[in-house]
Amino acid sequence: MSPETRSPATVWRRFRGSYFLYRLQRNRRAQVCLTLFVLIMASVLLAPWIAPSNPYDLAQINLLDSELPPFWIAGSEPAHLLGTDVQGRDLLSSMLYGARVSIAIGFGAVLLQSVLGTALGLLAGYRGGFVDALLMRLADIQLSFSTLMMAIIIGAVVKAAFGGAFYGDYGVVILILIIGLSEWPQYARTVRASVLAEKQKDYVDAARVLGFSSYRIMLRHLLPNTLTPIFVLSTIQVANAIMAEAALSFLGLGMPETEPSLGSLIKSGFDYLQSDSWWITLLPGLFLVTLVLVINLLGDWLRDTMNPRLHKG
Amino acid sequence: MIPFLIRRLCQAVLVMFIISMIGFAIQGGLGDPVQQMLGPAATEAEATALRHSLGLDAPLWAQYLDFANDALHLDFGRSYFFHEPALSVIARYLPATLELVAASAVLTLLLSVPMGVFCAIRPRSWLSQTLMGLSVIGISVPVFLTAMVLIQVFSIGIQVTLFPADTGWGHWLNQLFSIEGGMPAYGRGNPVHVLGVWYTNFATLQGILYLLLPAFSLALVMLPLFVRLIHAEMLEVLESDYVKYARARGLRPSRIYFLHALKNTLLPVVTLGGVQIGTLVAYTLLTETVFQWPGAGLMFLDAIERADMPLIVAYLMVVGLLFVVINTLVDLLYRLLNPRITLSGRAA
Repeated sequence: MSPETRSPATVWRRFRGSYFLYRLQRNRRAQVCLTLFVLIMASVLLAPWIAPSNPYDLAQINLLDSELPPFWIAGSEPAHLLGTDVQGRDLLSSMLYGARVSIAIGFGAVLLQSVLGTALGLLAGYRGGFVDALLMRLADIQLSFSTLMMAIIIGAVVKAAFGGAFYGDYGVVILILIIGLSEWPQYARTVRASVLAEKQKDYVDAARVLGFSSYRIMLRHLLPNTLTPIFVLSTIQVANAIMAEAALSFLGLGMPETEPSLGSLIKSGFDYLQSDSWWITLLPGLFLVTLVLVINLLGDWLRDTMNPRLHKG
Repeated sequence: MIPFLIRRLCQAVLVMFIISMIGFAIQGGLGDPVQQMLGPAATEAEATALRHSLGLDAPLWAQYLDFANDALHLDFGRSYFFHEPALSVIARYLPATLELVAASAVLTLLLSVPMGVFCAIRPRSWLSQTLMGLSVIGISVPVFLTAMVLIQVFSIGIQVTLFPADTGWGHWLNQLFSIEGGMPAYGRGNPVHVLGVWYTNFATLQGILYLLLPAFSLALVMLPLFVRLIHAEMLEVLESDYVKYARARGLRPSRIYFLHALKNTLLPVVTLGGVQIGTLVAYTLLTETVFQWPGAGLMFLDAIERADMPLIVAYLMVVGLLFVVINTLVDLLYRLLNPRITLSGRAA
């Protein structure tokens, strides 16, 4: 890699001629999804500046404004576009801030599980033998329990052990750890499969003959060639992590209501479904579904574009 | 077959051993039930007495041997909250969960097989396109949200006031698009007592009515997975030589699709059903929470809130055993139904 091939103009020219862009220009659904995803990410990242109010700031909350409906229903107020919850918090702001928490947990958990799973997958695939058998058995067992159940069990144990207050204080970190630790087998399996295929190739033999250490071969030679499946998997795993977080929060094993994620917003609104304030719970739900659906569709498209071999499975 | 059987059984035993270790670690090392049961006003002497009566003051290895011995005798101790054996508490709550799962499994099967087959046979039809599109969306909808929407629509109802209610036709249109609701969405109703501890919802019409919304929520979440799988497998089978040959012989299409093709499509469905058992348990937990369905999942969540360790551990062991047994059975079944796998497992 000489410096001039990395200059912005070259990168741009390469991007314009790339197969990736070619496929994107020919797929309306992918364009819509990408646009929506960028919009959601931008509004969520910019939430402190664009949200109508700060839902954590008690001074901005007026109890008299509680349970206002969204704008298309009679009795709404223009200041609260999507209505308010029982405490008078602006729902649109709560949703933007909640999605921030959800997305942060989603990306954090995927970062953890991809690092852990990739490392173990590389090790299992390259070393083989006992290490491979042990790690893959472990992955099999964990997957047979299903990752969501695994996360619920770990969450339950942590909550029973340290109490609800501790759980509330370190919610984000705990959830990233729980979801990250329960989903690593997905990565380990994928990486191991591509390492097994790459290991047969001549360049690995050449590197071995040159006397490189196995860590160098794993990290510098094998890892770059397994990045495509890792990238494709990560997209879908972010959606899965956001869903898992929502499920955990709904069960009371997630974010506390003082710093709500989308899942805990849905949970806290659920009690008011019976009093006809459906928007408190169903609008965050709709936002969650949109976010997850967009990421899933992008993931499907990426998989088809970047690696047709992975199409089935 | 025999070596595979032995290997599989050894693995099952090993997994159960690991689960029991985890169970013991949870029971022995975490939480303080004494504090929970006595409250902050208790004296030190009272706490010591209770700790002794619960066996919590013995050394760790002694507690572990106790635990392992008791577990083999199906004794997980007494629930701190219910003051009765943990396993009998679970036995009391499990029927509700099993009935919910059974009802939704039947619904899933009855709906997914025709849908998946139809989407594979007529891929260009608008109905197939819609179904496949919906299945993509369905995978992105969490089960508790499906459940809430069902509650809003069928239990609370929807009152449409879009049209002017003072005119006759406006009132009529509002009525037309409104849904009255009224379906029960809370608890189990009055299940009828049958054999031993089993109370069933299937005996009366009212019981089935209570079962309907929870079972449908659960089925709607499992449905997309199964429709997509049956569709994909069916497409593959329809390309195979034996189906082409059956077509060439001039057999009736319905016979080819439902007798020859479907038989080989259902094999992966069995496996998926087995692999998804963990997901199913997790989804059942969520469904039970939404509908306050008094099953094992709801009991587990309450036990977590109360730090009721024997009950938590007993639940984990029961669920773990269920996983291991079902996974082993599914593996065996798969080998029996699909001999090709055994060949590749040997020296092929």
